[in-house]
Amino acid sequence: MIEHVPMEDHRKGAAALDEARLRQQAIGVKLRQMFDEVVNEPVPDEFLDILRKAETPSGER
Amino acid sequence: MSEAQVGRSPFDPARDGTFKKELVTLIPHLRAFARTLTGDPTAADDLAQDAMMKAWDARASFQLGTNMKAWTFMILRNQFYSEKRRSWRQSQLDQEAAERTLVAVDDPEAPVALDELRLSLAMLPPEQREALILVGAGGFAYEEAAEICGCAVGTVKSRVSRARRALQAILEAGAYDRDGAAAGDAMYAILADAERLSTLR
Repeated sequence: MIEHVPMEDHRKGAAALDEARLRQQAIGVKLRQMFDEVVNEPVPDEFLDILRKAETPSGER
Repeated sequence: MSEAQVGRSPFDPARDGTFKKELVTLIPHLRAFARTLTGDPTAADDLAQDAMMKAWDARASFQLGTNMKAWTFMILRNQFYSEKRRSWRQSQLDQEAAERTLVAVDDPEAPVALDELRLSLAMLPPEQREALILVGAGGFAYEEAAEICGCAVGTVKSRVSRARRALQAILEAGAYDRDGAAAGDAMYAILADAERLSTLR
């Protein structure tokens, strides 16, 4: 099978595969970057305020 | 989570303190996950706050020392889908985002732009998007992602690989859509192609 494929096509195929792999890596890196960008944002005070209020319910303590 | 579990028997401030400390460290991650699910910062923070409070209320049912990150992500995810069932707004947002993506002209040699990625992510079916985010960005193992999504490990693996292929196809198509094919049609063609390709392998 393989020897019927012209060398040129082979090289193109391999190059395309490499490019696809690189592209996937780039997407992976960006995906993490996108997520980490939010993780690294300062947490709005609201979050801790709400939690603090919940922790000391009126009536208890 | 039943209401019954919320009423803990012994009041335990020390345990609550430990729980809270860990929960607080997870807030940034919950916000990030919520952002990817909703695509909207304000809605995401509402969702993350709801999830945080649900986790707090259910703290008695959580076993300290087990994976709190996965547990809270599961709560957030359930919250998201129960809200989503009540509203169709999100699907409209997805559609708009998808159409904007396809208008973008991109140099294939250029690194993937963040905005472009964000918009392309919005085009993925939700179950593929969340699987890819959990594994590809959230740092979860396939097994943990499966637990969070309530499905089999193999299902997560296949969703992640389909999502990767579809994302790539969408990003690449962003360049060739310059010729002016209707954006909506093009998107469905791309997704159908990606889907077909992923079932072949």
